[in-house]
Parts: sequence; C-alpha cells; structure tokens
Amino acid sequence: MDVDGSQARMAAFLRDHQDKIVGRWSELVVAGVRGRSSVVEARRELEDIYSLIIAVMSGPGEAGPGEQARVELRAVLAEFSRSRARSGFAPGETALGVFSLKEAVYELIADAADLMPEFLAFSRLIDNLGLYTFESYAAARERIITDQATSMLELSTPVVRLWDGIIAVPLVGTLDSARTQLVMEKLLETLVATGADHAVLDITGVPTVDTEVAQHLLKTVNAARLLGAECTVSGIRPQVAQTIVSLGIEFGDIATKATLADALAHALSRAGLKVGPA
Amino acid sequence: MERVPILKIGSTLFVSIQIDLQDETVIRLQEDLATELVATRATGVIIDITAVEIVDSFIGRMLTMIGSISRLFDAETVLVGMRPAVAITLTELGLSLRGVRTALNAEKGLELLSGSS
Repeated sequence: MDVDGSQARMAAFLRDHQDKIVGRWSELVVAGVRGRSSVVEARRELEDIYSLIIAVMSGPGEAGPGEQARVELRAVLAEFSRSRARSGFAPGETALGVFSLKEAVYELIADAADLMPEFLAFSRLIDNLGLYTFESYAAARERIITDQATSMLELSTPVVRLWDGIIAVPLVGTLDSARTQLVMEKLLETLVATGADHAVLDITGVPTVDTEVAQHLLKTVNAARLLGAECTVSGIRPQVAQTIVSLGIEFGDIATKATLADALAHALSRAGLKVGPA
Repeated sequence: MERVPILKIGSTLFVSIQIDLQDETVIRLQEDLATELVATRATGVIIDITAVEIVDSFIGRMLTMIGSISRLFDAETVLVGMRPAVAITLTELGLSLRGVRTALNAEKGLELLSGSS
C-alpha cells in the first residue's frame, strides 16, 4: 500500500471537510467534558490541532515540513494536556479530546467506503497522538504533585519569634525524616541568626508520636543544645502522653509542657523575665 | 604544625579556633590549655568555633575531654559559636558533648561564665 499517497488523500479529504469535522469534533469534546467548556472555546483550541494534523499528513514522511509540523503538533498537544491537567480534568476526558476526532471523521467517511485504507492510516496517527496526550497529561500531573509536596514542606515549617530571645516552631502534620531534617536546619539557623537562646517545639499539630518521631525530636533538642540554646517541647496531648509512656520513650532532662503558653512562661522565667498585670 | 593561640582575658582563657582542625592540633591545644590553666589559675575557658566547618568524632571527643580537664582545675568550659551544620553532624554522630556548656556566641559565653562563678 502506498502510505504517503493514502495519507495525502486523507489530508485532502480532511481539508475539504474541515468546517464540518471541526464543528462535530468540538461538539463531541464539549459533550465529553459535560459542558465545562463552551463549543466556541473548544473549537478555537481544536482548529490549531486540526490544521497541524493535516500538515503532518500531507507532508512527506520523515524529514521536511511534515517533520516540522509533527514537532509543532506535539508541542501544541503537550500544552493542551498541561492546561487540562491544571484545570482538573480527568485523564480520560483529556484523551477523549483527541480520540473523538476519529469519531467525527468516521461519521463522514462511512458514506464514502473507498476511503477505508486511508482512514486506517489516519486512525493510527490519532491513536499515537492520543497516547502522547496521555503521557503529557501524566507528566504534568506528576509535576503538579511534586510542586505541591515541596510547597507543603516549606509551608509546614515556620519558625516564629515569641519574645526577645525566645523562638517557637509549631509543628503540624506527620513528622518524617525529611521534615525533621528541615525543621532542625531551620530552627538552628534561626537560633544563630536571631541570637535566641530558648526554643519551643510545639507538637500540638502532630497526630501521633512514635519512637521514630520522638527520636527526631530528641535529636533536634540535642543539636540546639550544642549551639547553646535550651529547648522545651510543648503541646503534648493526653493520648500522645499515653503513647509516649506506654512506648517507654524517655525525654530525659528535656522540659516538656502541656501547652505553648506554659512553655512560654517557662522560657520567660528562665530568661529572668516576669509577666504581670500592667 | 599550627598552634591555636590561647588568650587570657581577666580570669577567662579565650581560645578562638580559626584553622582547619587536625587531630594533632587539638591534642596540642589540649596540652597547652592544661599548662595555661595551671599557670594563670583561670576559672573559665571559652572555645570559639565560629570558623570551624568540619568536626569529626575524634575532635568532638577531644572537646569533651578539654571540658573534663578544665573541670579538674576548677574551670568551666563554654563552647561558643557552633554552626548549625556542625551541630547536626555531632548529633548524628551521637555526641552530645556532656560536661561542656554551650552558648550561641562569645558574648553569651562570657555572660554564662560570669553568672555561674
């Protein structure tokens, strides 16, 4: 079978029926995403892709303008998938955007039975493009997830100044090795930068304390001690206290307090300060 | 071999380590410090390690030993200016430098000594 010839015939067919096919395609896409974008909007996006598909099919196979169109088409599809991933479309809905072109063309071509081999070649191209869309979508999603994880890590470890020479680290969420490392580094850097000699580690927002978490906390306190700062652990909830005791975790000579307020009072008294009625 | 200078300020010996610590340097410092403590009858030692970027387990142990030796001469040792990275390394090595007091900077170290004596 003359592949280039049949592709060129298909390209000619697509060009002749452009208006009809793109119209039907847009309708199918909009129906597929349950009306989350309008037909006009979809049409604008799809027209670009459509003309690039024609360029790919009418250009020669490997090199030349066909290849250039192929690269461009991939870039456009990648951008299409990325924007879909960002606006929260399902992967199926994104791939459907490409696959429904087949349906739109098939509806027209069904009458002209002599174009069947051409349609098969076309269909193979669309399948490849659909797969590519899927891959780009997955890659975009992956990147969004990594970005979110990073920003969550940054968000979740603020170091706040409570008083002159007293800083606090409110810990929220599960403590794993990566996070504790970050907390430790930030805490120590802030101690050095502010010259504070008292730090409060508030674990009110930590859901569970097991031996590993306790180990991490002890390490942080020890490192702060090496710098010459004293640490207090506060925000121990009743259940957490029970777990700590039943696991046999020893906090040694580290001061622990029930609430952040108690810890602050403790730190103030250590600094020789007293808070009283004005 | 390089030597770490020991300065006497009042009744405090001030040691500022500005070089990369070699094992021999630290042993030499330990000897010098003991001699100086006897000669000056100082009551406090401040070791400033602001410029020290790498501390291994040997040097960590020697610092603890310097603390214990000073205590024999009735002098308190304060380690000041440790960098966060060094503190993290020492904790990971499981060294907590017992017997040595620590302070954020030289000023706080001096305060600590004058407050305790």
